[in-house]
Amino acid sequence: MTDRHFRVWRGDESGGEIRDYDVEVNDGEVVLDIIHRLQATQAPDLACRWNCKAGKCGSCSMEINGKPRLGCMTRMSTFGDDETVTITPLRTFPVIRDLVTDVSFNYVKARETPAFAPPSLAPGDYRMQQVDVERSQEFRKCIECFLCQNTCHVVRDHEENKAAFSGPRYFIRAAELDMHPLDARSDRKEYAQASQGLGYCNITKCCTEVCPEHIKITDNAIIPLKERVVDKRYDPLVWLGRKILRRDQVPGAAPAPVGEGGIPSRGVDGKPLGTPAPAGSSMAPSSTAGVTDVASGLGDGHVRLPEAPPVGADGRMDVAELLATNAGGPSPFGDDQQFPLAQVTYRPPEPDKD
Amino acid sequence: MTERIERHLYDVVVIGAGGAGLRAAIEARLAGKRTAIISKSLFGKAHTVMAEGGAAAAMGNANSRDNWMVHFRDTMRGGKFLNNYRMAELHAKEAPERIWELETYGALFDRTKDGKISQRNFGGHEYPRLAHVGDRTGLEMIRTLQQKIVSLQQEDHAETGDYESRIRVFAETTITELVLSGDRIAGAFGYYRESGQFLLLEAPAVVLATGGVGRSYKVTSNSWEYTGDGHALALRAGATLINMEFLQFHPTGMVWPPSVKGILVTESVRGDGGVLRNSDGKRFMFEYVPDVFRKQYADTEEEADRWYSDPDNNRRPPELLPRDEVARAINSEVKAGRGTKSGGVFLDVSTRMPAEQIVRRLPSMHHQFKELADVDITKEPMEVGPTCHYVMGGVEVDPDTTAALGTVRGLFAAGEVSGGMHGSNRLGGNSLSDLLVFGKRAGEHAAAYVSALDHRPKLRPADVEAATDTALAPLSREGGENPYTLQQDLQAVMGDLVGIIRREGELTDALKRLQELKQRVAKVGAPGGRRYNPAWHLALDLRNMMIVSECTARAALEREESRGGHTREDFPAMSAEWRQVNLVCSLDEAGDVRLDRKALPTMPPELLELFDRGELSKYMTDEELA
Ligand SMILES: Cc1cc2nc3c(=O)[nH]c(=O)nc-3n(C[C@H](O)[C@H](O)[C@H](O)COP(=O)(O)OP(=O)(O)OC[C@H]3O[C@@H](n4cnc5c(N)ncnc54)[C@H](O)[C@@H]3O)c2cc1C
Ligand code: SF4
Ligand code: SF4
Ligand code: FES
Repeated sequence: MTDRHFRVWRGDESGGEIRDYDVEVNDGEVVLDIIHRLQATQAPDLACRWNCKAGKCGSCSMEINGKPRLGCMTRMSTFGDDETVTITPLRTFPVIRDLVTDVSFNYVKARETPAFAPPSLAPGDYRMQQVDVERSQEFRKCIECFLCQNTCHVVRDHEENKAAFSGPRYFIRAAELDMHPLDARSDRKEYAQASQGLGYCNITKCCTEVCPEHIKITDNAIIPLKERVVDKRYDPLVWLGRKILRRDQVPGAAPAPVGEGGIPSRGVDGKPLGTPAPAGSSMAPSSTAGVTDVASGLGDGHVRLPEAPPVGADGRMDVAELLATNAGGPSPFGDDQQFPLAQVTYRPPEPDKD
Repeated sequence: MTERIERHLYDVVVIGAGGAGLRAAIEARLAGKRTAIISKSLFGKAHTVMAEGGAAAAMGNANSRDNWMVHFRDTMRGGKFLNNYRMAELHAKEAPERIWELETYGALFDRTKDGKISQRNFGGHEYPRLAHVGDRTGLEMIRTLQQKIVSLQQEDHAETGDYESRIRVFAETTITELVLSGDRIAGAFGYYRESGQFLLLEAPAVVLATGGVGRSYKVTSNSWEYTGDGHALALRAGATLINMEFLQFHPTGMVWPPSVKGILVTESVRGDGGVLRNSDGKRFMFEYVPDVFRKQYADTEEEADRWYSDPDNNRRPPELLPRDEVARAINSEVKAGRGTKSGGVFLDVSTRMPAEQIVRRLPSMHHQFKELADVDITKEPMEVGPTCHYVMGGVEVDPDTTAALGTVRGLFAAGEVSGGMHGSNRLGGNSLSDLLVFGKRAGEHAAAYVSALDHRPKLRPADVEAATDTALAPLSREGGENPYTLQQDLQAVMGDLVGIIRREGELTDALKRLQELKQRVAKVGAPGGRRYNPAWHLALDLRNMMIVSECTARAALEREESRGGHTREDFPAMSAEWRQVNLVCSLDEAGDVRLDRKALPTMPPELLELFDRGELSKYMTDEELA
């Protein structure tokens, strides 16, 4: 049992400061234990989220010495004996109080990501092989700690990109559904490209580095999503096939489907929705027809996605950026940067911002 | 002081966003009701997320001999026949449908070779029965239900332009009081944790799905959310609680390092072949097989080991006895001086399977021990000991509709907060399926109740003002007592005096101390403001923890026998007379806990026939069998 020096950011959206505390630390403790001890002894109103204290719920995300981590899974023994430990809130999201931030951005993005579209099979008739579900299962390990969202440079310190960019958590959701053996939609990649801002991602892998569940976000989700989008968009045969086969399905050609209570269903932009997925079952109240369709109008190439010219001025196709040695171009942190970041100075929000 | 209180109108308010709450909300929304979901934590982080092993449902995928009758039998045996038979019956019959339905919401369970949902062994289940995803089944379940709710919101958005037009999630919001109109539910009152602002949800029907009470114990696998809020809300609204003396201590919680003491080591470790040894290296469980289970459990290590590959011709290893038996066995080994230094026993998989198989089958256990204890479970045994895990007791409900009994109307309860289903001891995996089966029923019947009403109950402003005053009191109390100290003192009383093994003297002592604590809790103070102030939140939760702890202590003192999650050193035997009695808690006018005895409903002959007479005679009186 020793006393250790801690620095904790205290404040709210109107501003705050790093405060110093000396706290007792015992064998085997984690950072979250220290925060609890602070609450019980010196700072009863210190705000911090937590639930399971076992790395399962993803509530206790914070930045510890500048590294995005789970407080309950960061053992004190990982620091030097007299190293000062500095704890600050996630930087990408607005502070509510102390270590608690407003993560509603993520829930908004979750709601914009089209949900699983059930196949027309009766419940109980789903058959899938273990090897086929494993790829999606990797992404379903996600505990929604939002550390990846917090780390991604596209939105970290770039408020302006938040509207168009869903972030790595929702790329893996798209990938998960794309790889789901029985998902009835086939436009997950196109959707990720067109509506989730996949194009903003330049594969810096920072998200993978911080994921406490060790999900290979970039290698197993983002790159395959990008690759397949590239394949489909650049493959002249696929493109031609789409043109010919789908002409009868241009938007507006089909009558507007009718939603619950006789109200015609409409997509976000007022366009009629695609045909609702067939009701899956006889187990009446639990199966609804026509799940989601937020991404209406994008289905299977009804609408051409924005495309770069397939060939360059020299008449050759671009080499996919994926093949480059530093895939995704230079990292905004510098190419020799190791992750997690060792030296990051945390800047609390300015005092009288709104 | 005039407080601005945000008001919302709903048809059904579901308190709790765990498995039971989300399933109830889905059903209420599908029945066309405007539904609100309230949760103390963020959406998708409720306690259900921590469940590891799986959800029990007799789908018969792993062994085609399994069916609802076998499952029903196992559940009754596990609960030592104190279960509400009708709940156990409905649960066994409907669980498979509810699990299959999850697949239509997008769940991805582990598969068998022929592509069906894989099922694993668990303590007390005769056949492999737990649908699972590695050891993160709870996460899969909550994510699936969460995503189903999002998909319903997307449907509503497509139709109305508003995601929240029919179903809205109030995350990080705590309900502190149910508001009544006469004996009918009229709404729920609470505060946003983020801002400390109050809100009032007016609704004729409330579904309680608030989970358990484990935070009254120091060594527990439960999170801070488990302060018995739903139990206390129900009592204050005029409902009754049953079986509150039965608490499940899970046999295998981590014991080292001290700061993680209590965190769960899933039972699948044993289901998949892990064995328990004492400090002499002896597999001690063979000595703890009680008579009622002799026929189903192996008495030699050889037979037990053969069972994993040939379950049809061998009896089960005693490590897979129901949890209460294993917890008591570990307790006695440690007491007899055969425990480890930190007061546990060894749980070993490292010598039982190849390392890569361990990592594949128990990934989160491997991760948990590596990160938290620096132990590699593929090379070394784990150290484990009992931890407070689940409360069998809860709101007394009508089995078919989940409507709370007592004087209140319009209140429904499902999940861990309800009582009766698991009797005196819950089998592992029966909770996750319980959440789905009764969550669905609660949503359905709450919706039906609302449809049948001809007018909405009106609430009285005075009640809302009273609720506001109670909630604000700790903030303005100068020099009030520190809520964290009070919680520690409560945990000490419950852990030391109302723990696994109970004695009359200690229980009386506990009740006396609880009275003293109650007076101190009435004077609790919380420094700081209303914005996300954890001290204030705890101060308000303490009130609920007190009532619930009192119920447990009183019922534990009353029940003079040992059964399942209630062990009395002074009455070590199970008594057939006591099996016919439920202990029912309610609040009297003065707000004190009152305890009554009530007869258990009798099982109809067609269900009784599922057991052989010899077995029943171990549990029932001669008159019952005559
Ligand atoms: C570590 C662990 C492992 C487990 N493993 C298994 C397993 O393998 N198989 C199995 O079947 N069971 C298992 N269980 C048991 C099972 O997980 C729980 O019993 C079950 O999840 C309870 O679900 P619930 O829906 O009743 O409540 P919960 O999921 O606990 O949800 C309660 C909800 O109520 C909300 N709430 C509470 N009070 C209030 C209030 N005052 N105002 C507003 N909201 C409130 C909370 O915020 C939360 O959202 C396990 C439990 C633990 C702790
Ligand atoms: S790879 Fe980099 S840019 Fe792409 S999502 Fe991850 S952190 Fe963001
Ligand atoms: S992908 Fe990993 S880092 Fe991102 S939210 Fe999920 S668990 Fe957290
Ligand atoms: S508290 Fe649940 S992940 Fe840290």
